[in-house]
Amino acid sequence: MKDRFNLYRFASPATFYPLAGALIPYFVAVSVVFGLAGLWLGMLVAPTDFQQGEGYRIIFIHVPASWMSMFIYLVMAGWAAIGLAFNTRLSGMMAQALAPTGALMAFLSLLTGALWGKPMWGAWWVWDARLTSELILLFLYIGYMALTAAIDDARRADKAGGLLLLVGVVNIPIIYFSVKWWNTLHQGSSVNLAKSSMATTMLWGMLLMAMCFWMYSIAVALMRARTIMLERECHTDWARAELLGNTEGAGK
Amino acid sequence: MIHWNSFSDFIAMGGYGLYVWGSFGVTALIMAIEPIVVSRNRKTTIARLKRQLRAETRNTAE
Repeated sequence: MKDRFNLYRFASPATFYPLAGALIPYFVAVSVVFGLAGLWLGMLVAPTDFQQGEGYRIIFIHVPASWMSMFIYLVMAGWAAIGLAFNTRLSGMMAQALAPTGALMAFLSLLTGALWGKPMWGAWWVWDARLTSELILLFLYIGYMALTAAIDDARRADKAGGLLLLVGVVNIPIIYFSVKWWNTLHQGSSVNLAKSSMATTMLWGMLLMAMCFWMYSIAVALMRARTIMLERECHTDWARAELLGNTEGAGK
Repeated sequence: MIHWNSFSDFIAMGGYGLYVWGSFGVTALIMAIEPIVVSRNRKTTIARLKRQLRAETRNTAE
């Protein structure tokens, strides 16, 4: 039992830092492959939608961006819960590394939604339950980033930000079920475990694009996390050794 | 296999070209810029931390 693989070892920044660095290129490569496959299937192969013509193709980025905006928030809230419960150093760093990407995904969801809404509904924006709750999600991301940036002490910033994340998590089921709970202009979900309303190529194109966005988000968040780790741990031996051997910042 | 008859059909997107390509364009732009910003931020942070570290070791040596 002594040699058992220990997952907790990676909760330490000293071991997580090199691991993340080694994994980033793979996530980038996988993201590109999924993206190219998804674009090929979605933009070149998938048939025209019988109701929305070719305009429906916005779905191939709108849905992945919306999913990621909600999923990243849930992951951040998960890290916040771990951080508040066990006082782990890594959790706050991971939450901070994810926040800007989550905010960008929420922004992309709203922007592509507006570009889809204009030709289909005749309006860029309506105060519909789905749209409004997604806008609140964007504000939660911005609020989290502003709050943590305003507190100088990193550990206290993590605690305050973590509380905000946990309180705001109530918004996620509201976004997700808004099209069921209220009579919204926004269409219902396209993917259903029992029966999907989409053609197979459309569905696969969307799922591949979702995987592309997912892998992209992991890659960018890990890049950001590594910088945050180095900055916060710069007094430790591992970070000093890393800085002395590092050539990335050369020439500045 | 390919759904489109011509390249101009593909660009026109059945009259939705502006909306479809607008969405894809902004998304591509953001996904290109975000990693650049992140890696530039990483470089400046590393350079700053190195300067700090050098200054500290110089002070303790004296």
